[in-house]
Amino acid sequence: MKTRSLVSIDDLNTEEITKILKLAAEFEKNPVQDILNGKVVATLFFEPSTRTRLSFESAVSKLGGKVIGFTDASSTSVSKGETLNDTIRTVNNYADMIVMRHPIEGSARYASEIATVPVINAGDGANQHPTQTLLDLYSILKTQGSLDQLNICMVGDLKYGRTVHSLLMAMSRWRTSFNFVAPDELKMPDEYKLYLDNLGLEYHETADLASVIDNADIIYMTRVQRERFSDPMEYEKVKNAYVLYDHMLSGTKSGMRILHPLPRVNEINPDVDANDKAYYFEQALNGVYTRQAIICTLLGLK
Amino acid sequence: MKNMNDPKQLLVSAIESGTVIDHIPAITLFKVIKILGLDRIRNQITFGTNLDSKTDGKKAIIKIAGKFFEDDDINRIALVAPNAKLNIIKDYQVIEKRVVAVPDTITAIAKCMNPKCITNFEKVTTRFRVVSKKPVALKCHYCEKITDQERLEII
Repeated sequence: MKTRSLVSIDDLNTEEITKILKLAAEFEKNPVQDILNGKVVATLFFEPSTRTRLSFESAVSKLGGKVIGFTDASSTSVSKGETLNDTIRTVNNYADMIVMRHPIEGSARYASEIATVPVINAGDGANQHPTQTLLDLYSILKTQGSLDQLNICMVGDLKYGRTVHSLLMAMSRWRTSFNFVAPDELKMPDEYKLYLDNLGLEYHETADLASVIDNADIIYMTRVQRERFSDPMEYEKVKNAYVLYDHMLSGTKSGMRILHPLPRVNEINPDVDANDKAYYFEQALNGVYTRQAIICTLLGLK
Repeated sequence: MKNMNDPKQLLVSAIESGTVIDHIPAITLFKVIKILGLDRIRNQITFGTNLDSKTDGKKAIIKIAGKFFEDDDINRIALVAPNAKLNIIKDYQVIEKRVVAVPDTITAIAKCMNPKCITNFEKVTTRFRVVSKKPVALKCHYCEKITDQERLEII
């Protein structure tokens, strides 16, 4: 049987996504189990990502599995010039599953074609990070009770933000309406708007955050990075326009929740953290359950 | 036989049997030769280039003696010669005319335009899904980025 890998969110159909989210809810109720006893998961982090790696390692450890791997390619044979092909072929002998993050785009797809064990893409450059998308979906489902007919307000860097693009594509499987709030330089690329047009899904673009948040079921915040601007003056002009403060939330829906893929810098003021609508730290916890569900699904254990 | 002294006639002899590929843009002639591997076969090949064409500006033509192509092979040139026409010759007669069609997938011909794509770092055979045929747009199987006609490079 051909092993299943998870490289791109499009590798899963809607039914499979729904199944993984359901399984994640089961793991949330019962996160410590012995399902992965005797299994070894290799976490190959060719570039550092503390949060994602710890979340995977926590997911595996709670299910009784062992983790091997590295957290930085500079301490490995990669720094001696080993090809990805050779690294994957070798690690494939030691593990029942490979979780990898790599700065080169398409590296995870390539690895999944070399490996005979399932490969999970934990981020390949600016391309895909499907487990983030699934944990975002799980967080939305859990807080809203359904994924259908929601209004999602995406804020910040909508041009380069990999997480917002994947989330948009995934949420477009349901009847979702979107608000895009971004500075001119970081607007949602046309290809995604065209994609929504073709599906007949509604979206609005604005540079004024306050004008749209009262309608939102989910506010998805992202970081506006200084290095994205060709003109530093432009950054200075807009940097505070995309910051969420607690006083802005008074008119928002009671069930609305704020998500953020983290790390946060200054785009959500710390005074929001105490508000019940702040959900980003719970969202990170949901990542553990979602990854438990993904790992067990790909290994055929659930 | 045509009068070979007629100055308007091509000085390229007719072939007894084989394939004539006409209406190749002159600028992509050598790409077509490379894609079809004509630089590595032993058949007799004649070609002409920078020929005047009523429809294509400057065109090129290739005659390959004793060689017949499968559709899958010939469609590989559609990326660089979308209007190419094939004449299949037997006994000096055209027995069949064919046009090329852009295939649904492109393997091992085009280069991904994304400098951060794995195919530009390691020895990986490039693979694309054709997302648009006219103008050509290719989606990389690996990095999922689009390579369009303007940035299309043949390996």
